[in-house]
Amino acid sequence: MKFKTFAAFVGPSVFMMLLFIAAPLVSVFIQSFQVTQPILEQIEVETCTPGFLTQTCTTEIKTVPALDENGKTITETRWVGLQSYQNVLQMDKFWSAIGNGSWNQIMQIDFWKALRFTLTFTLLTLPLVIGVGLAIALAVNNATRSIRGPVIFVSLLPFIITPVIGSLSIYWLFVGDGILTVMLERWSGQNISMFAQSWTIEILMYFYQVWHVAPFAFVIFYAGLQTVNMDTLESAVIDGASRWERLRHVIVPHLMPLIIFISLIHLMDTYRAFEVIVGFRSQAHVISLQWLTYDFMTPDDAGNRAMSRASASAMLTMIGIVFLLILPLRRTWRDHKGSAH
Amino acid sequence: MFLKRIALAGAVSLMGSAALACSYQNEVPIKSLSAGFEAWKAVTDAMAECGNFQAELDQEFRKKQPAAFEANPSLYHIGGVANGTITPLLNAGTIRPLDDLVEKYGQTLKPNQLIRINGQIMAVAMMVNTQHLMYRSDVLADLGIATPTTWDEVYAAAAKIKEAGVMEYPLGATMKSGWNIAQEFVNMYPAHGGAFFNADNTTAVNSDAGMAALETMKAALEFTDPEVLVSDSTYVQQQFQQGKIAMANLWASRAGAMDDEAESQVVGKVAMAAAPKAVADGAPATTLWWDGIVIAKNISDEEAEAAFRLAMEGLDAETVQGANDAAIWLVDGYQPTEIAQGAIATATANPAPPAYPSTTQMGLLHSALGNELPSFLTGERDAAATLAAIEEAYTTSAKEAGVLK
Repeated sequence: MKFKTFAAFVGPSVFMMLLFIAAPLVSVFIQSFQVTQPILEQIEVETCTPGFLTQTCTTEIKTVPALDENGKTITETRWVGLQSYQNVLQMDKFWSAIGNGSWNQIMQIDFWKALRFTLTFTLLTLPLVIGVGLAIALAVNNATRSIRGPVIFVSLLPFIITPVIGSLSIYWLFVGDGILTVMLERWSGQNISMFAQSWTIEILMYFYQVWHVAPFAFVIFYAGLQTVNMDTLESAVIDGASRWERLRHVIVPHLMPLIIFISLIHLMDTYRAFEVIVGFRSQAHVISLQWLTYDFMTPDDAGNRAMSRASASAMLTMIGIVFLLILPLRRTWRDHKGSAH
Repeated sequence: MFLKRIALAGAVSLMGSAALACSYQNEVPIKSLSAGFEAWKAVTDAMAECGNFQAELDQEFRKKQPAAFEANPSLYHIGGVANGTITPLLNAGTIRPLDDLVEKYGQTLKPNQLIRINGQIMAVAMMVNTQHLMYRSDVLADLGIATPTTWDEVYAAAAKIKEAGVMEYPLGATMKSGWNIAQEFVNMYPAHGGAFFNADNTTAVNSDAGMAALETMKAALEFTDPEVLVSDSTYVQQQFQQGKIAMANLWASRAGAMDDEAESQVVGKVAMAAAPKAVADGAPATTLWWDGIVIAKNISDEEAEAAFRLAMEGLDAETVQGANDAAIWLVDGYQPTEIAQGAIATATANPAPPAYPSTTQMGLLHSALGNELPSFLTGERDAAATLAAIEEAYTTSAKEAGVLK
């Protein structure tokens, strides 16, 4: 292909990526080393607020931001180095907890608590998603042609549902007065509170994630199964290979690139777990890294946002993803180089 | 249910041009952003009757209001605020003084409704809100329990109800991790005699009063549903409506829903009393709130005038009479009924509970409380460590916000 044609095809996409991915990333990277604060002044303010019948007026010294002549808040931006990262990571507390050998103390630090959950969530669901996806694909592939269409449609449903809605559905089914909880309570005769302790919440989260992502793996595997070399399979049958051996030695090696692909996508997506936290309202027990960033960014009633810590936390999340992806990416790279010619 | 209500409110406000019961025809397109509870629905519906009005009712309004009002021109003309959420608007100077407009259109307003900051009217309040004790009068009467006035009495009553086997979890609490649980502490801590801040803007919660407040909060867990850390106001309201709990310190704006026959199985059985005290001779353990309207600064004077005139139409006696039990209205024409007794008793108590402090520092402390309190209630951390963690979290964010050096 001529370079000009190539550039014409790729150009718009590269431009979009620079504008919407690279530029914000650079800006977040810079912001994570800065702190932007309003210039504050202390003034005496008299505030009159209503009681039921009469007003109460109080005069107090309030710290308020100063405004310039256009009525805009005056802010100043300072470079603070790694201060925001330190505020997120809280390394001093982390090392002292390590020194005490106290896992519980480490889990009291938001970042490490979030990291612990995010990693287990990502790594535990990965084999489950691949296993369940492959199982559905094999089942559909072996099903009679007439029912294949409906089966594919039904298996894809969880993937089509918007993640937040999916997690909310699970929450509503299992919360204190949810349909499933009430049914289980009636059946078992004891009170069930799925959202009262972290381990039950986490189990529901794993279940939700596998339920939601497995159809994606299924579609990819199902497509891959259509290209399995029938000659190899037939000769394996003739050689007396059992169903399991055929799967182990013919089908899985054939699907390996797809397994890597799904692992990559799954690691990237799941490390950014967010909707399960919001949907399950699990903040009291379980938080994720992405939720932590969101929480820093959310303004409180007085309009304060911790943008610097949010930026630092976002950068740390990205670094985490890069680390996770190194292994599968190296393998793809090797395969790619091996099969180039 | 809630989404349906919002959708309905939106639909109603779009149909508003029919001009049903408005005294004039509004010609200037006006938009408003406010919270989504019953009282706001009543007020915005009344405004919609004048035409050309679009209301956005959103319980998460606080997240978008500051930015929306800072735009030029402002994305909304009318804002619904409470004493907590007016702070960012005041700080950024994005709302306008209303003195001249009040003089022109606000003849029916009572002096009590005018929120004055340094003498200037910056907002017009329409209702007061507070968390107070709601209880099942039938359950308490059956067991011969007098209306509890302190938290100790509440727990004693809860123990009796549990013992009698009437309910497994007699107590409801708005302890959802985040804003709600922090508010519980904000109610409890001043009632134990605590001050939130020192003169130099550092926080003073790491104190004996803080310990006492935490103890009182934790004592509730024995009588609440195990999932209490996910329960917000709507959840507690539903627990009441389904007859699952007998007592809760819940918002006055939720009282009307107890007698809503479409939703509630306990119509006429829920009574209201003053918020329980933390110490016998103290103030009720709660904070006083007001809700009201502000007008954006970054709009033309004509629009501001039209917006204020429209707001006055929404805040008139007719609206209030149509939705008398939706709130503790400050507007003329309000007839306090049975269900308002608790809120009025709370607000007029002596000593009276404090108003929720609307300051930048309080916003920061509220977030710190919301994030750090849950691990105390789940038992992962003891009270002293929790208070230290709150202090540390506040210090970090206060430094980042520039409040502390």
